[in-house]
Amino acid sequence: MSLSKGSDVDSIVRFQNICKTYDGRSQVVRDLNLSVERGEFLTLLGPSGSGKTTSLMMLAGFEMPTSGEIYLENNPFSSLPPHRREIGMVFQNYALFPHMSVGENIAFPLQVRRLGKQEITTRVRRALDMVQLPGVTDRKPAELSGGQQQRVALARALVYEPAIVLMDEPLGALDRQLREGMQMEIKNLHQRIGVTMIYVTHDQQEALTMSDRIAVFNGGMIEQLAVPKTLYDTPANAFVAGFVGDNNLLRGRVTKRMGDQAEVELPGIGMVRARLGDAREGQPAVLAIRPEKIALAVGSFPVGDGNRLTGTLIERIYLGDQTKLAIQLPDKQTVTVKTGASQFHDAEGLVSVGWAAEDGIVFAA
Amino acid sequence: MTGFPPTRAQRLGRILLTAFGMLFCLFLIGPILAFVPMAFNDVAILHYPIQHFSLRWFRALFASPDWSRALLNSFLVAAGTTVLALLIGVTAAIGLWRWRSAGKNVLMVLIMTPMIVPSVIGATSMYFAFARVGLDYSYLGLVLAHCAFAAPIVVVTVSAALQRFDGNLLRAAASLGASPLLSFRRVTLPLILPGVVSGAVFAFAISFDDVVAALFLAGPDQRTLPVQMYMRSGDLFDLVIAAAATVMLVIAIALMAILLFVRRGDRLRQAGAQETAH
Repeated sequence: MSLSKGSDVDSIVRFQNICKTYDGRSQVVRDLNLSVERGEFLTLLGPSGSGKTTSLMMLAGFEMPTSGEIYLENNPFSSLPPHRREIGMVFQNYALFPHMSVGENIAFPLQVRRLGKQEITTRVRRALDMVQLPGVTDRKPAELSGGQQQRVALARALVYEPAIVLMDEPLGALDRQLREGMQMEIKNLHQRIGVTMIYVTHDQQEALTMSDRIAVFNGGMIEQLAVPKTLYDTPANAFVAGFVGDNNLLRGRVTKRMGDQAEVELPGIGMVRARLGDAREGQPAVLAIRPEKIALAVGSFPVGDGNRLTGTLIERIYLGDQTKLAIQLPDKQTVTVKTGASQFHDAEGLVSVGWAAEDGIVFAA
Repeated sequence: MTGFPPTRAQRLGRILLTAFGMLFCLFLIGPILAFVPMAFNDVAILHYPIQHFSLRWFRALFASPDWSRALLNSFLVAAGTTVLALLIGVTAAIGLWRWRSAGKNVLMVLIMTPMIVPSVIGATSMYFAFARVGLDYSYLGLVLAHCAFAAPIVVVTVSAALQRFDGNLLRAAASLGASPLLSFRRVTLPLILPGVVSGAVFAFAISFDDVVAALFLAGPDQRTLPVQMYMRSGDLFDLVIAAAATVMLVIAIALMAILLFVRRGDRLRQAGAQETAH
């Protein structure tokens, strides 16, 4: 039945109606349906406990789905033991074998597959070159830094050329600068060797930077599956709007629909117009506006084109390349504005904010 | 440690403490060491000082069919016990380690039972039980009995080693294509080896040292060295018993050396890992 769907032709892995519960009552993963495209970099993004890691572990074979089926190349997969799945895996704590040298670690999957000595030596060297870590073959993992250890783990997961590589928060233990460098490197590696990568993280910045597509998990379900730009510009609901990137979320109510836009009443503030997300007319709603989309003026002047509000500047955070300003609206809700303009570095008192109607989206609360 | 030189009272305290420690050590090992020279005494009497140095008791020990048979029996039974106790103990420890449940601690205590309950109780009940199935007066019966005392300690030492073992390594090994058995051989076993070796040493020592179970369960053919010594302890003029004790002492020292070696290697490796982590 699924063969008729065009999107499945290119899928390498498919989760179909996957449910997972440990205690029979609370569901960690709820009716998950997800197709992973061949060669893509897919990120499972979500807060802790959202089911993203459990989904990854079910794909790796370390957890069994309570119901549903996982397909690899359209073959049911979930009864296969992990060691016969041919899926590479990179762990957050590296999981390198401490009693083996770097070379022995990388040779391990090749020895398991009974490759010749010569072949193993060549491929271990090539794998270390690939992660730009030549000449550490004889060292023990403990003698390497965290970043180097993760490169070794990456080389070990790639050396036997699995079609899929899973990564469970692989950069979580590294400091920020190293993490950003490794993000680019993993991304480049993915583009170079064309392997399908499924990456789990709770860091939305990391997800936006690295992914071809992102699946946002919440409460065991996927809230939205989209390319990073769509996720950022057109979130599907209030959760995604709040989780991916910074957003101002203002409480209100949709009073009128007007095509793909809506009139939103912000109690105690006034009426604004916004793009219509999944909000319903007459129901409580949340208005989302990105801090960098908001124009600012000191005093009570018209600013931006479209919606206009005034408030009191209550906090100013200097970030170097830009300044973050917190503005309190008459109903005590706060709006954050990011601006690169230097004239606001010492602004005070009454300010006006404005934004275009299409830069705000209204979601069901 | 303070930076100041010790006061007179502190110095006196330290001297007293050292003296007490040495006396206590003497109390512990003095009787053992006092027995050893007699094995090398030419005169057939428990008597000091030693008149002439001689190896006659050792020659008698190895020449006598009874004594040498007992020595061989002790080795055979201890070796069999060690192998079987390792097999049971290591698998039990891994099972307990993987089993995350509230019942785990209860089971752990149950496994310890043979170590806590007086061995004479176990030996008596095994004597009656084994007689019914024809295992009394057999090597297998003796090995099984010793194993009941030795396997728990293997569980303890291996469990301790497993506490520092990262379970993610097994997932990594599986993802790389290694079957559970191969993962155990190439990843788990090398990393818990210090615990396994310690367990083996203790298992061997427990079997080698046992008198109670052997008294009940060993027939004349299975008589072990401690039982033989016990049987001959009435004869004050036969100092072969001192030679046998010396042999046992040498074996005990060898076992302790293995333990020391294993622990030292383990500590060095940990220290090395910690140093590079910083």
